[in-house]
Amino acid sequence: MASSAKMGHNLTGAQMSPKDTEKMVDLIKRYPADVPGNASDLLIARRNETSESDRIGSVPVPGSAKGKLKSTFEKMMGKNPEVLIDKLGERLAYERTGVRLYEAAIAKVQALDTGAGAPPDLLKTLQTIRNEEEEHFHLLVAAVEKLGADPTAMTPSADVAGVIALGVMQVLTDPRTNISHALNALLTIELADNAAWELLIEMAESAGQKSIAKSFGKALTQEQQHVANIKALLRQDQLTQLS
Amino acid sequence: MHGLTGIFDNQGVPLEKQEFSWKEIASKPISKLDDDAFTRVRVILMNGIEQDALRLKHIGARMNKSLRLPLAQVRRVEQHQMTSINWLLSSDHSPLETTVAYEQVAIEVTAAVAQNEPDPYQAQTYRFGLLEDFDHLYRYSAMLDRLEGKDANNILQGYTDIIPARPTSEHHRAPESDLRDNYEKDSAALITKIHAAMITAAEYQTHDYYMNIGPLFADPVARQLYAEIASVEEQHVTQYGSLMDPDESFLEKWLIHEAMEVYNYEACAKQEDNPRIKAMWERFLDYELGHLNLVCDLFKQYERRDPAEILGGSVPAMIEFKSQREFVRKVVAEEVNLRTSGSNYVQKQEESPLSLAYRTQMNTPIIPSNIASAGYEWRPGTELAEKKS
Repeated sequence: MASSAKMGHNLTGAQMSPKDTEKMVDLIKRYPADVPGNASDLLIARRNETSESDRIGSVPVPGSAKGKLKSTFEKMMGKNPEVLIDKLGERLAYERTGVRLYEAAIAKVQALDTGAGAPPDLLKTLQTIRNEEEEHFHLLVAAVEKLGADPTAMTPSADVAGVIALGVMQVLTDPRTNISHALNALLTIELADNAAWELLIEMAESAGQKSIAKSFGKALTQEQQHVANIKALLRQDQLTQLS
Repeated sequence: MHGLTGIFDNQGVPLEKQEFSWKEIASKPISKLDDDAFTRVRVILMNGIEQDALRLKHIGARMNKSLRLPLAQVRRVEQHQMTSINWLLSSDHSPLETTVAYEQVAIEVTAAVAQNEPDPYQAQTYRFGLLEDFDHLYRYSAMLDRLEGKDANNILQGYTDIIPARPTSEHHRAPESDLRDNYEKDSAALITKIHAAMITAAEYQTHDYYMNIGPLFADPVARQLYAEIASVEEQHVTQYGSLMDPDESFLEKWLIHEAMEVYNYEACAKQEDNPRIKAMWERFLDYELGHLNLVCDLFKQYERRDPAEILGGSVPAMIEFKSQREFVRKVVAEEVNLRTSGSNYVQKQEESPLSLAYRTQMNTPIIPSNIASAGYEWRPGTELAEKKS
């Protein structure tokens, strides 16, 4: 694996076979589209299917709500408590996956020669972030339990967060990707993570869960540092290669 | 030796010396960006052939108690050959990009076979099926562009055209009109038998692949498109499978299948540019020769017949893995309006009414392939690259 982008015999572009490309484009004049319409037909079909679709799944009823009237539970938890539980479930899943994503990134950095040009604190920074993601996971488990909900359940937003992370996981675990690819994938995760913690604190406060909101303050500060660190590492990595 | 000629007249590696490890069967993949598209074409074709080798042997084992052990022994090796081959596909291929590559295989390999096939009816069948896979490529290319924002030509590398042919919406036929006349086992050329076995294997794989990955898509139109085209691929398996003589014994079919594998591995080994992959094709050619010799022994033992009855005579010309652009264009120009009525090829207006009724039923209220490709015209760099005037 090369640790940076290299020039080579990439065969994907039309300019690699200009005569073939010319033939292909010429042929389309003789064989144009046979079905009238355009790309908006696909969008209309998506719109129709979306309006008819079922949901991904539901937020599990918290143990603390079982046997209680909805109005009683709402007095305890604020209006639509499932929105907060769903979001907490999402952050919990995201941080848990985040630990595994950083472990994959660490393995990659350990494997590649980081001596020449690589940021000196790269490995140490990734290990620190990995450990903090795990702390945040435990923090969220405690918050979900405090609300009487089940931290082992997969909420709908947790499920969707898992789908979002699939591409990042593929990039980080592919032995052929380099450190720049890995840092770019991590930046995607951290930018979203940062905004999500800000929103989560606001949601907890809005739902009257002030102690939970307060407990998240340190996590947000750490996440802000994660974004800044990963952004700086990627910048350093790319600019060093150019210079 | 078994009185065979050409490539078949080799002992290969004996079965007991055909060994693998987990490390080597799941080894480094090819590059989606830098390897030639025909390396991937060969990988997909040979994976399909090994998949069918397992399939045939499992079916045979259900009906032949005395052959169960040798069948299981050969299957074990072929399972690991298949893994070694299929694991060459790299993870940066999205399922839809791999689909485009599957259709490139169907087009370029079927076109090569259609030109080598000496039996006019069988050759007509390959040309007929070819035009449908050619149209699938166009529909899937539109889907790739409009779903993932990617250019199908990044996969095809300029070897294969992207235009509509016989519309996918008109591929849906009644089963009566998917069955074809079979070759006669005692008079057909060996190459005719090899072609039918290999193209059936390739189509079977395509069908199974679409059935597995179709539900992985979130987009409802992509899910519908895979459902529609997977159904056509099932028709293609029916069509190509029916080209083979059902009166061949199981051992005869096994013998032909092993000869077909040898024939294809030899072509792969001779034409491969990537040295690591070429070494694998050469190794597996030797393994398949070992299997062929084993089956020749079994054929003599159980059927008391000479394998040269089936595999003797001249060795077929090697299949060429290259762009068949001009041939495909000619077939599109001349045969796009062919349809079927029973096992006969007829003009559009004479198509079986049973097929028309079935099609009307399936195509109501939606036709996914039409939705995905409405107004689609391929441009280098996707349809979005076309400058608006």
